[in-house]
Amino acid sequence: MTNKADLRVVSRRLPKVDAGAIVKGAPHYTLDMVPAGALYAKVLRSPHAHARIKSIECDRAMDVPGVMLVLTHEDVPRVPFTTAGQNFPEPSPYDTVMLDNKVRLVGDRVAVVVATDELTAERGCKLLEVDYEVLPVVMDARDAIREGAPIIHDETDSQGIHDAGSNLAARVEVEVGDVEKGFSQADQVFEHTYSVHYVQHVTMEPHVCFSYLDSSNRLVIVTATQVPFHVRRIVARVNQVPISRIRVIKPRIGGGFGGKQEIILEDLCAHLTLRTGKPVVMELKRDEEFYCGRTRHPQYVTFKTGLTRDGTIIANEMRVMANTGAYGSHGLTVPSNTGSKSLPLYKSPNLRYVADVAYTNLPVAGAMRGYGAPQGYFGLESHMDEIAHSLGMDPLEFRRKNLVKQGDTDPIAAKLGEGKEGFERTIRTCGLDECIELASRAVPGSGDTPSGIPYDRKKRAVGFAVCMHGTGIPGDDMAGATIKVNEDGSFNLLIGATDLGTGSDTVLAQMAAEVLGVGLEDIIVYSSDTDSTPFDVGAYGSSTTYVSGTAVVQAAEKVRERLKEVALELMGDDAGDMGFDHGFFVSSSGRRIHVKEAALKSFYGEDKQQIAESASFMTVDCPPPFCACFVEVEIDLDTGRVRVIDIASAVDLGRAINPTLAEGQIVGSVAMGIGYALSEEMTFSDSGKMLNASLMDYKVPASVDLPDIKAFLVETDEPSGPFGVKSVGEICVDNVAPAIANAIYNATGVRLRQLPFTPERVLNALKEAGV
Amino acid sequence: MPLHERQVPDLKIKISVNDRAFDVEISAGETLLDLLRRLGFKSVKHGCDTGNCGACTVLLDGRPVASCLILAPQVDGSTILTVEGLAICGKQLHPVQEAFIETGAPQCGFCTPGMIMTAVSLLSENPDPTRDEIRHGIAGNICRCSGYVKVVDAIESAAKKLCDRDAGHDE
Repeated sequence: MTNKADLRVVSRRLPKVDAGAIVKGAPHYTLDMVPAGALYAKVLRSPHAHARIKSIECDRAMDVPGVMLVLTHEDVPRVPFTTAGQNFPEPSPYDTVMLDNKVRLVGDRVAVVVATDELTAERGCKLLEVDYEVLPVVMDARDAIREGAPIIHDETDSQGIHDAGSNLAARVEVEVGDVEKGFSQADQVFEHTYSVHYVQHVTMEPHVCFSYLDSSNRLVIVTATQVPFHVRRIVARVNQVPISRIRVIKPRIGGGFGGKQEIILEDLCAHLTLRTGKPVVMELKRDEEFYCGRTRHPQYVTFKTGLTRDGTIIANEMRVMANTGAYGSHGLTVPSNTGSKSLPLYKSPNLRYVADVAYTNLPVAGAMRGYGAPQGYFGLESHMDEIAHSLGMDPLEFRRKNLVKQGDTDPIAAKLGEGKEGFERTIRTCGLDECIELASRAVPGSGDTPSGIPYDRKKRAVGFAVCMHGTGIPGDDMAGATIKVNEDGSFNLLIGATDLGTGSDTVLAQMAAEVLGVGLEDIIVYSSDTDSTPFDVGAYGSSTTYVSGTAVVQAAEKVRERLKEVALELMGDDAGDMGFDHGFFVSSSGRRIHVKEAALKSFYGEDKQQIAESASFMTVDCPPPFCACFVEVEIDLDTGRVRVIDIASAVDLGRAINPTLAEGQIVGSVAMGIGYALSEEMTFSDSGKMLNASLMDYKVPASVDLPDIKAFLVETDEPSGPFGVKSVGEICVDNVAPAIANAIYNATGVRLRQLPFTPERVLNALKEAGV
Repeated sequence: MPLHERQVPDLKIKISVNDRAFDVEISAGETLLDLLRRLGFKSVKHGCDTGNCGACTVLLDGRPVASCLILAPQVDGSTILTVEGLAICGKQLHPVQEAFIETGAPQCGFCTPGMIMTAVSLLSENPDPTRDEIRHGIAGNICRCSGYVKVVDAIESAAKKLCDRDAGHDE
């Protein structure tokens, strides 16, 4: 642990290393770099949610001047894979192929047209004549697993599907203690079911990639991805070329939020370059993002909780029915996480978690900020509020009585890992009390009559919810870092970690600078290029600052040791015990040699050398951050409109390497949580076509829809983290929706158990309750 | 038949982008967004292509527009400013750019060029906006990362910088 007062670069509000380039509009995103003359590939997408392709007539498309290539399922290798960018072997089912003879959702790939330009490729797509055998459609997870439902994955070569004949992509069941016995001993048992809906990441930059062959005939893929190394491995496997022949470059990314932890374009784009020998570019347009990008798993979440007379939880069961859409990307691990992230928050000797994950003919669910936890917490934190009110207890006191505390162990973590058994976890740091204190004080509630409107038609109240999350995927995540010394005492920091706008390039550079005793400007960050940066699983699981950060700190320490040897040499006999003081090696006699001087001498002294060190890090630790969200809402009883008046989120993140960037993560997460709770909802026709696939009709919060969201940082100095960090990137999206639900209850006495709280849904609920 | 499939003779227009004159051939269906990117102004982004996200915002004769909704033939004779042309004499950052860096407003940065252009226009019309007026001013620019707080902070700070600068000029 480092004394905070000693820190010169870490814990400082320094501008992001890429901020200057961003505000100048530098051409540093994937689509800005496409080589001149690249061919444009356009996918013909299915208009049907479920159909078999009987035939595709390509001749008319091929006749269009400028159309170079048309491929259907008959022309490409059939290698089942998962689009989920996860560690090998991926815990997601291999149920996807490059092009198939069956389509399973509106927007599924049918064929691809490669042409000299976008318009010609589009024209080619329009001229393809496809004969479909349209099949019955299933859209709800509960319907999908009923007998007689249309079987979505009836192919014989998929692997890892739990029970394809029942449309079950995955199933999870774990138990700690004996839940049935716990219920039988309980004085009272409460059971409620909640449902959460389809939403999407809506990164401002849609998915995009391009590929080309370099002068050595190697395949180079430039892509907006969170997982360059997984892209390399999966593209190699699907296209049956060696990993060594592929180089993946990740430029700056225009947002990810989990949506770019997927191989949505690269498998096919790479294939087209291998086929034509030419550069090829592929992108999703905004409507395609909605149809065939990824989404947050819709779920039905049921909690059943047994308590003693004094309000102590003695049994807690959580049952989930999740909808993974047409393919099972992250289909096992997201629903696993729904339980493993939320159930441990309240202590109980008896815990059970069961999740069934069904295929449907709707858009594919996947990784999305929170990774299953927002679904679980909407249920859990609504349910706990309901229990407290039923018991006549103060909701905060009821929670305090049962919340996990510092020193407690988390028995679920050992049973429920990344698609397999996990690792035991002890809570070493927990700042939740302080989080509650800060957030509750920041949202005191106005209780005032909104001006100009009769008060009794608008109701205001405060509600809250708490949560915990994880930091990295224990036993799974691994990150490498390499640091290379330059003559002027600057350092190249090469990392596989992918900055998707989170600021990880900056915070990792801050850590390296701190250890090396130099300024942030002395660290030249490069991420990520599979040819020149070390492996990193990528940016997901709230891991980067903790896992990649530890690798960076260890690499920097090794470099500092090597430079110390150079300094020792320079000082000769009078070195004694060498200390290190903010960039200076200090001998026992007080002689000081700066890192930069040692760096220069390492190149041009007696013993010439290139000092460069690498380190990699993995751990079975996963220290949980904690968060409290307090919100004041206003409900218009005449229109059902819910408005967030005031909201605060306080997070125990261990330590903020860069407080400004940490606040950015918190506020952005809360905004996403407000969208999830109030306005964002993908809606579908009876035949499975999304009805609002545009940013006109799918309502992402705009500036006028949000108040000044307040963020608070609580630092508990986690002993296992570099400089005491845990994580901050995902947690604050987890508890916004239940906090709003609880506030709506406090204002109106009406309990809403179905997201999102659109005016229509709220008004109907108010009417039903006679409010 | 869609517009872009008709046989329309290629057109030639004259425009000024960031104080550079261009005499360019365009096709009838080309958007201002595509034209600007083709001319090398890559700060102008494809976010939605339907005028809903604001990532392609540029100043057309001083007014902010979604360049994805403007056809190139409409801008003949016009003056266009993108974020690449905002720095004073091409070097010194504009106060809005400076403020965005200092407050930590950009995260992924994809919306930032459009957001900055909207902010520049807002501050030229209303040099001393309230936070609420700023929120209304940028309502057409979606940012998915920031929750807008630091963006509003940046524009507030830029207003002060511009005000101080103008006061300095008056003396």
